[in-house]
Amino acid sequence: MNEFINWLYMDGHGPYVWSAYGISAVVVLFNVVSPLLKRKELVNQFDRQLRREKTQSSL
Amino acid sequence: MMLKIWNWLKNFYHKMGSPKWFYDISGRWLPWLTAVSVLLIGVAVVWGLVFAPEDFRQGNSYRIIFIHVPAAFLAQFGYILMAVAGIVSLVWKMKMADVALKCTAPIGASFCFIALVTGAIWGKPTWGAWWVWDARLTSMLILLFLYLGVIALQSAIENRITAAKAGAILSIVGVINIPIIKYSVEWWNTLHQPATLKITEKSTMAPEMLIPLLLSVFGFYCLFTLMLLMRMRNDILENERRTRWVRNILMEQT
Repeated sequence: MNEFINWLYMDGHGPYVWSAYGISAVVVLFNVVSPLLKRKELVNQFDRQLRREKTQSSL
Repeated sequence: MMLKIWNWLKNFYHKMGSPKWFYDISGRWLPWLTAVSVLLIGVAVVWGLVFAPEDFRQGNSYRIIFIHVPAAFLAQFGYILMAVAGIVSLVWKMKMADVALKCTAPIGASFCFIALVTGAIWGKPTWGAWWVWDARLTSMLILLFLYLGVIALQSAIENRITAAKAGAILSIVGVINIPIIKYSVEWWNTLHQPATLKITEKSTMAPEMLIPLLLSVFGFYCLFTLMLLMRMRNDILENERRTRWVRNILMEQT
């Protein structure tokens, strides 16, 4: 346990190292998730458009 | 032989111009790119944080290098990519080049931001300051502004063709900043340490630090490609949404 805490602390450099890795992880994650969400939105948009076309053609 | 290679290249170039071909082939690459980037970055980060030894001068803070260097590489690579796409777009009016340029900008900006922030965090325990107006740091900050400029231009101009042209011109003109970044540590007396990885000479880094760094660099290149392809595929779906093949793809998804 102590060894783990020492590793986290990194002789005082822990906060620097961990915040650098943390911020980078957030930015990377954002760049992966945002295109996935965008794709979902495109599919939904198309779905709505399809339904509109269907109701129009049945009128 | 030469003619064969030339024809192959010409063929490849023409296919690259086809959104459908690009969409199909990139779809096959996505799972591999995901697996390779997760594996390489995972191994590099664990190696760099747990197993790599402490640096005898900087202590543990140097472990930021495993993110800082790949991010800085990609920030510069992204801008060069935009400049090349800009030239292709202006000279040959290739639609896919516009898509590539537009989609690279936010990713390049993200990596530039990571490089600057991790650099600032690394600077505090090493130089005693978060930020200094040193040539390397300043030219990287200019790179971020160039990226933001391209993004702003693209979103401010309504007409797609004019927006693409403006983005291409700023990318081509701004690429002059790249050699300035590269040689800033040699031309000026800077606080920033000289390059760790060199192509022409042997690196001075110990192998137990160098190997995870190289793994991380390759992993981040794969990740960059993955992010770019994901964005480009969305752009293709949006631009070509009236074509039959895109309607078929979307039909399967709903």
